[in-house]
Amino acid sequence: MVDKITIENLSLQYADGTESLRDVSMGIRQNAVTVLFGPAGGGKSTLLRCLNRLNDLTEIKASQGRILIDGENILDLKTDVIALRRKVGMVFARPVTLPMSIRENLTYALELAGIKRKSKLDEAVERSLKLAAIWDEVKDRLDEPAIALSGGQQQRVCLARVIALQPEIILLDEPTSGLDPISTGKVEAALQELKKEYTIILVPHSVQQAARAADYAAFFLTGELIEYSEGKEMFTAPKQKKTEDYIMGRFG
Amino acid sequence: MVTRFLARHRYTVQRIGFAVITLTAIFTVLPIIGTIIYIFVKGISAISVEFLTGFPSNGMREGGIYPAIVGTFYLTIGTAIFSVPLGIAAAVYLSEYASNNKWTRLIRLAIVNLAGIPSVVYGLFGLGLFVLFLQFGTSILAAALTLSIMTLPVVISTAEEALRAVPQPFRTVSISLGATRWQTIRRIVLKEALPGILTGVILGLERAAGETAPILFTGAAFFLPQLPQSPFDATMALPYHLFVISTQVPEMPIQIQYGTALVLLVFVLTMNIIATVIRSRARAKRQW
Repeated sequence: MVDKITIENLSLQYADGTESLRDVSMGIRQNAVTVLFGPAGGGKSTLLRCLNRLNDLTEIKASQGRILIDGENILDLKTDVIALRRKVGMVFARPVTLPMSIRENLTYALELAGIKRKSKLDEAVERSLKLAAIWDEVKDRLDEPAIALSGGQQQRVCLARVIALQPEIILLDEPTSGLDPISTGKVEAALQELKKEYTIILVPHSVQQAARAADYAAFFLTGELIEYSEGKEMFTAPKQKKTEDYIMGRFG
Repeated sequence: MVTRFLARHRYTVQRIGFAVITLTAIFTVLPIIGTIIYIFVKGISAISVEFLTGFPSNGMREGGIYPAIVGTFYLTIGTAIFSVPLGIAAAVYLSEYASNNKWTRLIRLAIVNLAGIPSVVYGLFGLGLFVLFLQFGTSILAAALTLSIMTLPVVISTAEEALRAVPQPFRTVSISLGATRWQTIRRIVLKEALPGILTGVILGLERAAGETAPILFTGAAFFLPQLPQSPFDATMALPYHLFVISTQVPEMPIQIQYGTALVLLVFVLTMNIIATVIRSRARAKRQW
């Protein structure tokens, strides 16, 4: 398999002085679920937000290193961030549907991307809601406000909204942290389906979820990449003492 | 001694406390209701079709106040034309683009201080800048510009507040979906903040509609035999007309004064009610 993303010596400090990432280097495989796990403050979310340049909205003191997606350094000043964000979609921890109907939530970004034909939009809405395993629940109420849905349904609409743009990479930052086990199961199952087409990077909300979802797993501790291996290996025979301690629940 | 007494009777003390607070609340409302009822009772007898659509006659002692009504309408519209786009643009800048630094703190300080300047000072400033220096003359244009400057702080601060009330995650999500900052502002933030902005705009305009001092030197006319024909004409206006007929005209029939006051009051109250309706409707429809 090929590396979709190559991260080279990435370091980042926020404006308030906190060091969020320290010399992180890793390759991320195409068509697989790569899990970034570890205790809070480890730099997982920061890394995700570097991959779609959402960190541009945050005040950053210094960053070094490169992130290559398909061989191009996306941290370069010349990068077209709009195109990048369409290629690298993101699902957040709290389900945030935009204040509009379910359908409009999905077409919002498509229309901004210049897709105007109704047939094309309808097709994208149906396709992505199906992939996000929410179609059957919302197909009769597409024009109702998205806020009326339950949290679990909203989060799947958020996932569908990202899929609608047909990205290549999907970033998920603790997407199931506020969801009940049934919704969580649906999201996790959807991810396993989605990885056939997309490269998925997941920050899980628990070690158990990490173990369930991971094709590859990376353990982060205070901004450093401690261990990176295939998921099975990581959760059965971790090499580092720190990783083992964390997986066994000795700290965290 | 005292503390023990208070402790023993704490429920009584609490009841007295609540009673005092309730009373003060009532006292703040009473003058408003009193004024409205008083003006209404005293002025209603003057209201007639002729009063609302006729020109003043016999040295303003008879006839109607039509030109003053029209003038106030023009001035309010004129003020809106200048202050609304400028005010909203400034609010968008402060809320969405500007970072919190010395420069923006200075801008905010200026806005707060502008709100505190006496209206007659605005009038004098308008006279100097618009009437004399820019040679607009005593005109609707000069008066509307002066009122706009006075209204701007209200529009900016309420609009900024309405923009800030729009949840931050909407912006982050929109940007993460490949929207530019401006697309996010236009399609989501402004749309959601619009009712709040409108409320602020109407409240600001309402102040402008009722002001006398800023238009005194800049656009208000004592009496005009015809309606203004262009923005460069002076105009009669309700608040100034009220001032004139209350102080400058001897043997003025009292009900015309109260009738004029009533019309002005209804004008302003109507705007207020519209603002309230917009706000409550938007609250009911809001999706966050």
